[in-house]
Amino acid sequence: MIPLVVDGTAHDLDVDPAMPLLWVLRDVLGITGPKYGCGRGLCGACTVHVDEAPVRACVVPVSTVAGKRVTTIDGLAGPVAEAVLAAWAAADVVQCGWCQPGQVMSACALLARMPRPDDAAVDAAMAGNLCRCGTYQRIRAAITDASRRLG
Amino acid sequence: MRRRTFLLTGLGAAGALVLGWSLLPPRQRLVGGVPLPLRDGDVALNGWVAIGRDGAVTAFVPKAEMGQGIHTALAMLLAEELDAPWEAMRVAHAPIDRIYGNIAVAVDGLPFHPDDVNVLRRTLTWYTAKVGRELGLMVTGGSTSVKDCWEPIRLAGATARAQLVTTAARAWGASVADCTTADGRVRHADGRSVGYGELIAAHATLERPGAVALKAPADYRLIGTSVRRLEGDAKARGRAPFALDERMPGLRHAALRFCPVLGGAVRRVDGTAATAMRGVEAVVTIPPLHGGTGAVAVVADSHWRATQALDALRIEWDEGPAAAYSSADIATALERALDGDDATTYRRVGDVEPALERAATVVEARYAAPYLAHATMEPPNCTVRVADGRAEVWVGTQVPGIARDAVAAVLDVDADDVTIHERFLGGGFGRRLEVDFVAQAAAVAKAVPGVPVSVLRSREDDLRHDFYRPASAARYRAGLDAQGRIVAWEVRSASQSIVPQYARRHFDIPVRGPDKTTAEGSFDVRYEFPAVHVRHAAVALPVPVGFWRSVGHSHNAFFTESFIDELAHAARRDPVEFRRALLQRHPRQLAVLERVAVESRWGTPPAPAPDGAPVARGLALHESFGTTVAQVAEVSLGPDRVPRVHRVTCVLDCGLAVNPGHIAQQVESGVVFGLSAALGGGITIDRGRVVEGNFDTQPILRFAEAPVVTVHVLPSAAPPQGLGEPGVPPIAPAVANAVFALTGERLRTLPLRVPAPRGAA
Repeated sequence: MIPLVVDGTAHDLDVDPAMPLLWVLRDVLGITGPKYGCGRGLCGACTVHVDEAPVRACVVPVSTVAGKRVTTIDGLAGPVAEAVLAAWAAADVVQCGWCQPGQVMSACALLARMPRPDDAAVDAAMAGNLCRCGTYQRIRAAITDASRRLG
Repeated sequence: MRRRTFLLTGLGAAGALVLGWSLLPPRQRLVGGVPLPLRDGDVALNGWVAIGRDGAVTAFVPKAEMGQGIHTALAMLLAEELDAPWEAMRVAHAPIDRIYGNIAVAVDGLPFHPDDVNVLRRTLTWYTAKVGRELGLMVTGGSTSVKDCWEPIRLAGATARAQLVTTAARAWGASVADCTTADGRVRHADGRSVGYGELIAAHATLERPGAVALKAPADYRLIGTSVRRLEGDAKARGRAPFALDERMPGLRHAALRFCPVLGGAVRRVDGTAATAMRGVEAVVTIPPLHGGTGAVAVVADSHWRATQALDALRIEWDEGPAAAYSSADIATALERALDGDDATTYRRVGDVEPALERAATVVEARYAAPYLAHATMEPPNCTVRVADGRAEVWVGTQVPGIARDAVAAVLDVDADDVTIHERFLGGGFGRRLEVDFVAQAAAVAKAVPGVPVSVLRSREDDLRHDFYRPASAARYRAGLDAQGRIVAWEVRSASQSIVPQYARRHFDIPVRGPDKTTAEGSFDVRYEFPAVHVRHAAVALPVPVGFWRSVGHSHNAFFTESFIDELAHAARRDPVEFRRALLQRHPRQLAVLERVAVESRWGTPPAPAPDGAPVARGLALHESFGTTVAQVAEVSLGPDRVPRVHRVTCVLDCGLAVNPGHIAQQVESGVVFGLSAALGGGITIDRGRVVEGNFDTQPILRFAEAPVVTVHVLPSAAPPQGLGEPGVPPIAPAVANAVFALTGERLRTLPLRVPAPRGAA
């Protein structure tokens, strides 16, 4: 049994320890906010927070996060999340939307750690999140706006 | 504004249509024959709109939302004519019905030059529209959604509004002429008013609409405003419904092992070891379906367990004819076709050969473009449950009717026994015009009756079993006179042809004759030359090809606009000035050109890159799907000589701008999508196998690489044109032309690779 706290709820999971966190979330716990995009940690659509850090859930064996606190887009809350989602809406960032939960998770992790990121910090934080619709410049604007909203 | 009158007695309380087809005009698009999926208590006023007692207005949209913002745009068109408050609007997928058939996409497929207006074209357009209405094929594609629904959904809104007004007036014993509408209410001149929801609640049937008139553009309050995307927040929060997120009791997950060779099949499979693995419930052999490749599916209790079991399968493949082909063979076949005699003429004006002989200078260039994969961020997937001779399907698709028929064919049931639940598309770009993944899911579900199965393709198999943008080669030749004016323009190009392949795999019909998609972006340019000959040779190759965002324009614009730039330099003319001379009789295209010169500060020296590297500008102007887009790219070279695009200034004329914010979004999107292809896109084939398998080997543009894109929409009162695709074609030539300005290197092959400086080791 693998203990895991997901979005504030404690679970004891009878799963293969090698099973990636993404599939535990989606197929065992039914949490579908984190998306499958590449299976190799190359696109960031599956990004969740483990403790406070953004990780690519598709390449994280569930055993390596045993006992840790996992936050998904489905359970994301708090002032940083509110600021980011409000900024996302104001900039009308989203297009197809598949990558967006991962983008939001990366942006939230950045702003929680660094409320006033410079361009290089934003570039570094968002480097692992691909968007096929090309929403990047609106994401950059939304992160700047969210940072401003957080005061 | 055209006025039309429809006779409608209104609709039953449950939304059932009281009036049949007989009293409506033939091939009308207002009222369908399939009941709408209504919320409790809602009343359908026609096939496009239902209103609830709470005043909520549902727009029934026949188009897939794949990021292009069409649900928002169509809801705007309906709300505009209905005078419904924006906050009252919601969107539901229309059912599969002939009234929603895409007529614009059929008409746009005719191989006419946009400047040719003649009897043949009018006749064929009329005939095609008529056939399009009869076929009633629901398609989201070809950048046609607003164009196609522009009239019917506004008429639907205006008709519903007229019914509400007439009903209120009758109840008040007042004259319709004394009633107006605003903000979801009918108002009488004396101050009385009633909400649409109250009217629905109080009247079992609504009155006939009487005369229906569309608004004058001056009266628009929503059209032309940047309304935000309706589903944007739900998507950002991970709560929007995608097919892969569908959860239901007993759901099982399937993973696939494809024959590595395109179009290959399974000869035999031993699934004993896989079946013995924990969580595995079935092993299913799937034949090549709808132009796809044969595969073996493993059904398990999670996608991961299904994937793990794939390696335990022992499969013998039947590789098929594609195994004899590699990229080099294909390039040779295309080159050979360029020099052969077997080509279709798409445009011919004057006599090219003597004009070339008389020319002071003849310029010739050869270009090439590779196969490209769609790589939608949500890989192809579909969930199907088969039970009691019926099927339910959860899928994101650009062609719900074709998807339904594909499932029915696999299961050998009637189309009426298949229910399609449409979901958002995590990217379309033409990939979801194909139904190979839908038919596959049906084949898997058929083997496990009663069990809903989510069939997901890995990213590797998405890239390796796509319907690719065709690889293409072209030879351009032009003559310049002593003054540097083009006197002759000749194009030969060669590629596979998409439309016959598509028709065969989806309708099992042979299609002959010209395929506009092969030569679009080449034969239909607006530049005027005294002598023109544009030919394309269709080459038969066993590689599945399909519609990739902007289709033929995606490579032909690169060839054409690169060659125009080459000619401008050969003529010692500035690229803006050179194009200006060619567009003198095309004021709309000329206006786009002039504006982009201003907005991009053409002619002034660009500021250096942040690291001090020199920057140059490149221009391209291209019309596709009725919209003209000009882009100026500011480009420098990185230390590795990879082009870095810092800024792209875009100007476009798309006719009337329904939602300028989403127009800008689509052009920004097209630039990034086109740049991914221009800088790193290309599918390599090795003995029938696709080499590239994920975002490491088939990179798409990353966050820090994205340019600043500015979009300027020219005001226009002309009917709205396409937007999902026209932002894509100009970016590759704009960047290549900038690289030439920067380095003197003319890049004629995609993706763009800047060679080492001459003399460098």
